[in-house]
Amino acid sequence: MTLNMGPQHPSTHGVLRVALELDGETILACKPIIGYLHTGMEKQAEYKTYTQSIPQTDRMDYISPLSNNLAFCLAAEKLLGIEPPARVQAIRVLLTELTRISSHAVWMGTHAIDIGALTVFWYTFREREKVLSIYDMVAGARMTASYFRVGGLSMDIPEGLLERCEKFVDEMPAHIDEYEKLLTKNPIWLARTRGVAPLSAKDAVAWGVTGPSLRGSGVNWDLRKAQPYSGYETYDFDVPLGSNGDAFDRYTVRVAEMRESTKIAKQAIRRVRELGEKGPYRVRDYKYVLPPREEVKTSMEALIHHFKIVAHGFFPPVGEAYAAVEAPKGELGFYFVSDGTPRPWRMKVRSPSFINLQALPIMVQGKLVADVIAAIGSIDIVLGEIDR
Amino acid sequence: MPLTAERVEQRLRERFPGTAFERQVGEAVRDHTLVLPADQLVEVCTFLRDDPDMDFAMLAWMGGVDYLPRAPRFEAVYQLLSLSNALRFTLKVRVGEEQPRVPTVVGVWPTANWHERETYDFYGIEFTGHPDLTRILLPEDWVGWPLRKDSPLGYEEVAFTHNTPGRKVPSPALKKLAPKKVKYRAQ
Repeated sequence: MTLNMGPQHPSTHGVLRVALELDGETILACKPIIGYLHTGMEKQAEYKTYTQSIPQTDRMDYISPLSNNLAFCLAAEKLLGIEPPARVQAIRVLLTELTRISSHAVWMGTHAIDIGALTVFWYTFREREKVLSIYDMVAGARMTASYFRVGGLSMDIPEGLLERCEKFVDEMPAHIDEYEKLLTKNPIWLARTRGVAPLSAKDAVAWGVTGPSLRGSGVNWDLRKAQPYSGYETYDFDVPLGSNGDAFDRYTVRVAEMRESTKIAKQAIRRVRELGEKGPYRVRDYKYVLPPREEVKTSMEALIHHFKIVAHGFFPPVGEAYAAVEAPKGELGFYFVSDGTPRPWRMKVRSPSFINLQALPIMVQGKLVADVIAAIGSIDIVLGEIDR
Repeated sequence: MPLTAERVEQRLRERFPGTAFERQVGEAVRDHTLVLPADQLVEVCTFLRDDPDMDFAMLAWMGGVDYLPRAPRFEAVYQLLSLSNALRFTLKVRVGEEQPRVPTVVGVWPTANWHERETYDFYGIEFTGHPDLTRILLPEDWVGWPLRKDSPLGYEEVAFTHNTPGRKVPSPALKKLAPKKVKYRAQ
């Protein structure tokens, strides 16, 4: 029998369609069918300046907008050959780690709903809301923050942000304990996740799976450690690993990652304090990056640069660059080809959800229909990012 | 001694002496990139995956680029990732406009499956030997290859406005939203 799951199904995290070939309730073959949310972001980027594309990235993985901003900016900065000041890097680390916490919180809530535990959702969304209000505070938007810019930030952090972040990361471990109380030893949760949707380390690597789904299979690969960016090599944190590669291991890895993220965020807050609560928030390279507002009002040259960059965009050198970050879902990277004009000749997005979803059929082969729901939840996909 | 991209290139040149490798150079080519002929692709990839020193067990991503009006017009870009060496290496294959064909690497890394389908979907590059070369993000009945440079940015009329009095017919100019080429830089 062929069963069509989706595209409109609450457990598919967007509009994913899965065609299942069944024998009774056993899955003989599974084929994910995607593209329902395709909006041609890569094509659109070729018609926009680099800065104009940043809001576009928010809408890919809309659960973790700042990680997307960061990957975009790092790739463009690599192309330009510039590096933002240490203060900017610390702020970026702080905010992307909060993003990771909020993304994992959303994942946990929705994954638990999918397999029947409704309560967790109300707890995790409470904390997610706190992160969203931090976005609101820094960028003026709750979900589509677009806070990072090529070469820095769109504006300096507001007063009181660090206290608010500090309060959040201090409270967070207790909240994670709350979530764990609801799930980790819950017999129904264990029955639905332990041994379900297993993925061996070898398969995970061959299928290009990255992020917590790869680490759940026991592969020690975290870009923050292996190929550090934004100064991650100077932070002290561990990379949690699973052993069996089942849905439960992916769950424990993500829970542990939330705890590690609070550790990193704490260190980042301290670092931002050391480097100044107010300070430089952009590179001083006015060929590529907007000069600060105050300077525009007093210096003729700064005004010219401001006008040129706003009117035309910046002109990167001819060449190409790829940079990736460890986004909450895996390796998120951007590949730019530049022909020297203010618009990228090509922008390619390496979106982790797209690649992780490809491993779904081997996870559920020979399993039951109910396991498909658990498997989709456990690899943490966002369809906005898959279809782009 | 940690493996470097230079060392990988050197090993490849030693191992495949007859193959015309070409290191991509440019003002801002930030990653070590090697261009190779399409017919050698699978062999080189298999070597890079299986050699214990190289150990490129993962294909991080692959994608296409259209360089119209250059000939050969298309490029297929493969980024390999060696987890044990924490090293990335980029391979490129160039194909012309007439029947763009590249051998598939699905046999080397199964993850290439969707990447190649996406590249086929966007650019019309055919991956010979691919088990299921169909459109992936666009509808099955879509005509054309949207990410090719000669494919215009589309325009869709707003729903239910066809009989609105005084509606503006979208001008054909909208279809050519392509930015004006401003030459600020000597090529």
